Amino acid sequence: MTLLTISLADIIHSIDTWLNQTLSPTLAFAAELVLGGVAIIGLVIVMAILMVYAERKVAGFMQMRYGPNRVGKWGTLQAVADVLKLFMKECLTPKNADKLMFAIAPFLVTAVSFMTFAPMSFAPGVQFWDINIGVFFITAVSSLSVIGILMAGWSSNNKYALLGSMRSGAQIVSYELSAGLSLITIVLMVGSLSVKDIIMSQQDLWWIFKGHIPAIVAFVVYIIASTAELNRAPFDLAEAEQELTAGFHTEYSGMQFAMFFLSEYSNMFVLSMLASTVFLGGWMPFHIPGLDGFNHAMDFIPGVVWFFGKTFAIIFLIMWFRWTFPRLRIDQLLKLEWKYLLPVSIVNMIIAALITLLNWQL
Amino acid sequence: MEIIKKFTESEDEQSFVINIGPQHPSTHGVLHLKMRLNGETVVDVEPNLGYIHRGIEKMNEALTYKQCVHLTSRMDYLSAHMNNQAVSLAVEKGMQIEVPERAKAIRIIMAELQRLASHQLWWGCLGLDMGAVTPFFLGFRERETILEIFEESTGNRLTMSYITPGGVLQDIHPNFVADVKKWIAQFKKNLPEFDQLYTGNVIVQSRLKGIGILSTEDALSFGTCGPVARASGIACDVRKRFPYDGYEKLQFDEIIYHGGDCWDRYMVRMDEMKQSISIIEQLIDNIPSGAYREKLKGVPKVPEGEYYQRVETARGELGVYLVSDGGSKPYRLKYRTPNFANLSALRSMFIGQKIGDMVAIMSTLDLIIPDIDR
Amino acid sequence: MSREELKSYLTETFPSFKVEDTFDFPLLWVPKEEIVGVLTKLKKDDATQLNFLMCQTAVDRKTYFEVVYHLHSYPLKHDMVVKVQLDDRDNAEVDSIVSLWAGAEFYENEMYDLFGIRFNGHPHLRRFMLGDEWPGFPLRKDYTDEHMISL
Repeated sequence: MTLLTISLADIIHSIDTWLNQTLSPTLAFAAELVLGGVAIIGLVIVMAILMVYAERKVAGFMQMRYGPNRVGKWGTLQAVADVLKLFMKECLTPKNADKLMFAIAPFLVTAVSFMTFAPMSFAPGVQFWDINIGVFFITAVSSLSVIGILMAGWSSNNKYALLGSMRSGAQIVSYELSAGLSLITIVLMVGSLSVKDIIMSQQDLWWIFKGHIPAIVAFVVYIIASTAELNRAPFDLAEAEQELTAGFHTEYSGMQFAMFFLSEYSNMFVLSMLASTVFLGGWMPFHIPGLDGFNHAMDFIPGVVWFFGKTFAIIFLIMWFRWTFPRLRIDQLLKLEWKYLLPVSIVNMIIAALITLLNWQL
Repeated sequence: MEIIKKFTESEDEQSFVINIGPQHPSTHGVLHLKMRLNGETVVDVEPNLGYIHRGIEKMNEALTYKQCVHLTSRMDYLSAHMNNQAVSLAVEKGMQIEVPERAKAIRIIMAELQRLASHQLWWGCLGLDMGAVTPFFLGFRERETILEIFEESTGNRLTMSYITPGGVLQDIHPNFVADVKKWIAQFKKNLPEFDQLYTGNVIVQSRLKGIGILSTEDALSFGTCGPVARASGIACDVRKRFPYDGYEKLQFDEIIYHGGDCWDRYMVRMDEMKQSISIIEQLIDNIPSGAYREKLKGVPKVPEGEYYQRVETARGELGVYLVSDGGSKPYRLKYRTPNFANLSALRSMFIGQKIGDMVAIMSTLDLIIPDIDR
Repeated sequence: MSREELKSYLTETFPSFKVEDTFDFPLLWVPKEEIVGVLTKLKKDDATQLNFLMCQTAVDRKTYFEVVYHLHSYPLKHDMVVKVQLDDRDNAEVDSIVSLWAGAEFYENEMYDLFGIRFNGHPHLRRFMLGDEWPGFPLRKDYTDEHMISL
């Protein structure tokens, strides 16, 4: 029983007090930064391996076949085998490529996706950096990845890569608008950009229920826009094998390719975490206003479990799309954004503003 | 249709040339296309063949007629039975052999099963090329059972050489009828899944409708045949116009659409699958008993003269032009393959479209490159 | 039109050309200078309306080439064969019919590639199956190659 009463926040707090006792304050702060960074990198790597495995298994089961099942029991070591293979491959640079940009591009993309983990809250009291502009920070930093993609395509000295990176750049820049607007819809209703405030405001009911129509529309728009931002099917023109071999990362091999791959999965993780934080309550359990007994029962399940459960549900949804839908053409994709999603998001935001002013949320 | 200009003359300085293939995930075989692009739009395209040219027509002049049948399976390997049928019919026409009724019924059932297997693969690869990976597995699941049925009766899954001059090579396996009926029941249950997953999808429809239009005059001028021509309004089904092997006694519809775009080519093949099922159902319960072939004494010799035999393969009209000088080997055996003619229509369909549409057009044209190169 | 009617029509319209029979279709022999004119007439005439070029190929008869055109009519459902005899094997040439049927472009390319027959007026005659450096024309009966093995 004692295990349930020790929460993640308590463990972190006790590490913090121990560090402050043994070392000087600045050194303790530096140690905490390093530990936090290592913890996040560890989390990302574990999640990436899990997601790669899950993707292949989910794909397999949707296509009526077993996924990988030879390497390790039920194929669990498959992702490890893939990473080892990529480690040992040679990193080739094309002859006339721009060497500096070619080398920097994968690091830029990966670094950007790691930075977005900072404001995320994983459990009550567990947050790396509690700033008051959390959501804004995440969206702003994640748009820097476009630079990395354009650098990769341009410096490859390859027509296919260039075409792929141009398409990808256009796509990401367009869909950021809708994604941002749909997040703003909820921020309007909360009144604050801070991640902690958003989660605490969902104590009585999650925003997807509390904000009724505008919140549901915003959720749908956000899922579509983030699938497009991740360059995943049905919006994966940038890596459409059937047309352009591999798009902007055609010329990369070995560990550099692994970094692009890693950044795609960690971006998927970040955007799912953001969706579950803003729309589905983050680590807040499912409460129904008025049913206290039910709410008390829900509280027994730790916040971490709620948070990761919701995140995995959204990741599953995004993976489900990939194996069901065919691909959209570039002009259809951009038309979808500029003619349909953007007007819908703007109107939705205005309605959300009205609802907040007139206090019509649940 | 104005006279085609040379590929290298182009007034557009902004355009650049890329090579699609010969090794490329989406060309169905080794086809090399030189495309001149202006941004995303295709300005010109020139196919370059010969990567799988094996000299089948030259080889035929050194082989006896029974040996020639084996080479035909390797041309359009997804219509192997029908290719064998074409050469066998040409030889039987020349030698005036009457094929027993049982052999004719078996030939038609094998040909229609082959057509269904070919359309399954086409549908799966169409989904794969457009980005949806799941249809690939659904299509191949159905095709796998048909290939097992083939293996049971003919001994081979892909290059059967089962239909030979005189009839069929050996009698069908005792389980054949039961297996085919079981497969048809299962396929009829699964076919609505195809429509549910793919045909009704908005993304698929917007990627296929209005793309790659081939007008009726162009289809006639290029000599296209099969589902490509039927989607442009030309009633060219050889099984209806020049029936052979007993097709005249069967009830089935010829599927014709008039739009000429990728969507119509898609719907023609989907509807043809249903017609093939109805043909098999008419025959499977009443296969006549009797001999399964007319035994040819010695080495068959076709009398001197010229013979032209037409057959409807999964991709269109295969014409066999046999010139014989009375010996046991053909003097000239030319195959007028459907994919060769369909490829010549490629250029008019591509120009003005975007690169993303190239994949959709190539998939709905359903080209098999060994058939073009022979 | 039935086969007999088609044959009599051909004998009337082209009295100077030979009309024969193959096993399936009536056959018309045309001198090579007049091939485009004859085929245009056969395509446009209301009585024949032969609007579909089924097959265009060549046969090597050891002393001469035959260029064979198989024609089909969709509205009237009849077919026929037209042949041109080319006696000069080294400089075999004939007019191209790309202006009538665009599909002829590929057939004529194939014939140039494998037989060496040139077509005047073809937009881009090239050796598109064997490649530019292939010596000789394989489908000719007198083709030899040191790699060829006789069985």
